[in-house]
Amino acid sequence: MSRLSVRKTYKLYIGGAFPRSESGRSYPVTSPKGDFLANASRASRKDARDAVVAARKAFPGWSGATPYNRGQVIYRVAEMLEGRRAQFAEELGGGKRAALEQVDATVDRLVWYAGWSDKIAAVHGAANPVAGPYFNLSSPEPTGVVAVVAPADPLLGLVSVVAPVIVTGNTCVVVASEPAPLAAITLAEVLATSDLPGGVVNVLTGRQAELAPWLAAHMDVNGLDLTGVGDEELALRCEQEAAENLKRVLRPVAEDWTADPGTGRMTRFLETKTVWHPVGI
Amino acid sequence: MAIFEYAPAPESRDVVDLQPSYGLFIDGEFVDGSGPAFKTINPATEETLAEVATATADDVDRAVRAARKAFGGWSGLPGAERAKYLFRIARIIQERSRELAVLESLDNGKPIREARDVDVPLVAAHFFYYAGWADKLAHAGFGTRPLGVAGQVIPWNFPLLMLAWKIAPALACGNTVVLKPAETTPLTALLFADICRQADLPAGVVNIVTGAGETGAAVVAHPDVNKVAFTGSTEVGRLIARTVAGTGKKLTLELGGKAANIVFDDAAIDQAVEGIVNGIFFNQGHVCCAGSRLLVQESVQEELLDALKRRLTTLRLGDPLDKNTDIGAINSAAQLAKIRELSDLGESEGARRWSPECELPSKGFWFPPTVFTQVAQSHRIATEEIFGPVLSVLTFRTPAEAVEKANNTPYGLSAGIWTEKGSRILWMADRLRAGVVWANTFNKFDPASPFGGYKESGYGREGGLHGLEAYLDV
Repeated sequence: MSRLSVRKTYKLYIGGAFPRSESGRSYPVTSPKGDFLANASRASRKDARDAVVAARKAFPGWSGATPYNRGQVIYRVAEMLEGRRAQFAEELGGGKRAALEQVDATVDRLVWYAGWSDKIAAVHGAANPVAGPYFNLSSPEPTGVVAVVAPADPLLGLVSVVAPVIVTGNTCVVVASEPAPLAAITLAEVLATSDLPGGVVNVLTGRQAELAPWLAAHMDVNGLDLTGVGDEELALRCEQEAAENLKRVLRPVAEDWTADPGTGRMTRFLETKTVWHPVGI
Repeated sequence: MAIFEYAPAPESRDVVDLQPSYGLFIDGEFVDGSGPAFKTINPATEETLAEVATATADDVDRAVRAARKAFGGWSGLPGAERAKYLFRIARIIQERSRELAVLESLDNGKPIREARDVDVPLVAAHFFYYAGWADKLAHAGFGTRPLGVAGQVIPWNFPLLMLAWKIAPALACGNTVVLKPAETTPLTALLFADICRQADLPAGVVNIVTGAGETGAAVVAHPDVNKVAFTGSTEVGRLIARTVAGTGKKLTLELGGKAANIVFDDAAIDQAVEGIVNGIFFNQGHVCCAGSRLLVQESVQEELLDALKRRLTTLRLGDPLDKNTDIGAINSAAQLAKIRELSDLGESEGARRWSPECELPSKGFWFPPTVFTQVAQSHRIATEEIFGPVLSVLTFRTPAEAVEKANNTPYGLSAGIWTEKGSRILWMADRLRAGVVWANTFNKFDPASPFGGYKESGYGREGGLHGLEAYLDV
């Protein structure tokens, strides 16, 4: 007699915990062929606000951690993901070899970004030779809480937008791919077991068109990554809402997740702080 | 009580050759504007200095087309050749520095001492600095591709310096520009147009369109503008961000501030007092990064305020062209009304108001240096940008409380720290959410040093290597 499997309940990931949507709503997720896979939580405006609160709460600790520490935590995420290679490949579906390649590329991307934590300041900061007796140094600092609308690519795309945001010390609220949100929640399980402090990454699943505008208009969100918004009208609306508190907005033209990512995704959500001090005895 | 009297020491106006009326500078020529001409006045006397043309949307379109036409040639020049034009401009600014300083003081109301010793030298330095970048872009890390036509809108507080901050990096990177100066201070920008001609800058590379908000809106909204740069109020910044949304235009905004100037009990009090005075009374407080909130540690509050008040009695307010003047005129009647309104509110909300004995001239727009004590964080004088010579004093007990109060604002442009303890400076600097942190100094500017804000003080940096990013297709 074959054993009946124990299925997973896909919930949200907020503040390091896995709550259901406060709205009690869910939506069915299907494979590309149309087979039922699971009911994902359909997050509400309230869930989005809770996620922002969690991200804000996590910001001082995460941005105040040493770059070396942040780098190690993100490397740890890569280690944990490597250990769940087979599970992710199965969840991604499609051809097994292609799926494994996706997982491997994702692990490699995390390792790549992990190494940036203690190098971005050297590349993006500056010692400024001012015309006077002053010490003058510019250093990059994280922007704050960033709302990320993740692209359709369920794992490599997701990690390629989240890692550059958090490696520099930002915290984030991620709206997972609407048709393919399951890998995002499984990734949250990896994050939860990787020493990443709760609230640094918060994952919402549900309707992009419902959630993105709330986050774009939220006054305690400092940055907005619209990579996953395909609908021009929705993107425009989000960008306009973001003007209210002058969020830093990233709206890339097209992305190839296999290409060299460059530093642009990190620098988009960095501020530059310049400190002056007189020189004298 | 004055210890000794100063004889008047007015700078001569003769060096400035004012024309009765000015047109727009488009495609290398001064041309008539299609809108009604407006007057620009001397805010210290209310006399009319000149009539200036209003650029309509059609005029702005002509200017953008001229800039577009010039773009190919300008961006195609070897960087070293663009550099030489900018070096030339820097040199002509130095040659004509007295004329520029006097004109700036006349049109803006700022003391000639500041226009002469701060504004104009920094303008020349800015062009000299970015000139040197024009042939070294490949080493800066942002690529070498310019954006195209830059539409730039600047404020009235540092008219020529803001022009330099906008035009120098734009041109160094190979862009062409359409710049709109503020309606109350257009004259030095128009004199700059003449400097471009003296430098033989190719026609259309720099275009100057004068007018009020509508002209600025036309520049920002023009579909053939690739880059928008704005310095001004957060309120207008929001509107611009909304206008630019979805267009793909690159945008940098340098907006308002409500900086905390934080004095600890171990600070060198006399130096801190100088820093506080420079922080809020420099340029009549018309400074986006002004240290408008003094946060003083409770234990030295009395000592510091006594010293500050003593120092304020020695400030000389009056004729901006007098070389001994410390505080000049408020730039416009509208700005004076706003400063008065917020100051009156400060009193009615319960803060205590103090000004030194100070006779105000009968003509022109004047406001005495003013200090509010017993200010609560909820008071509007503690939260809103006054943009005038008005200081709000709050107190704190611990460094953590100082950080909390300093960051309790939607702005994040600048901050000041006064303490003799190095580790405390760095601890504070780490936690202050502001783009520029001055420790044991304040209101220092340099072309090599990036300037710009966090949060609702805007985004992007001007100055230094970072300032190049705003004008390159990264």
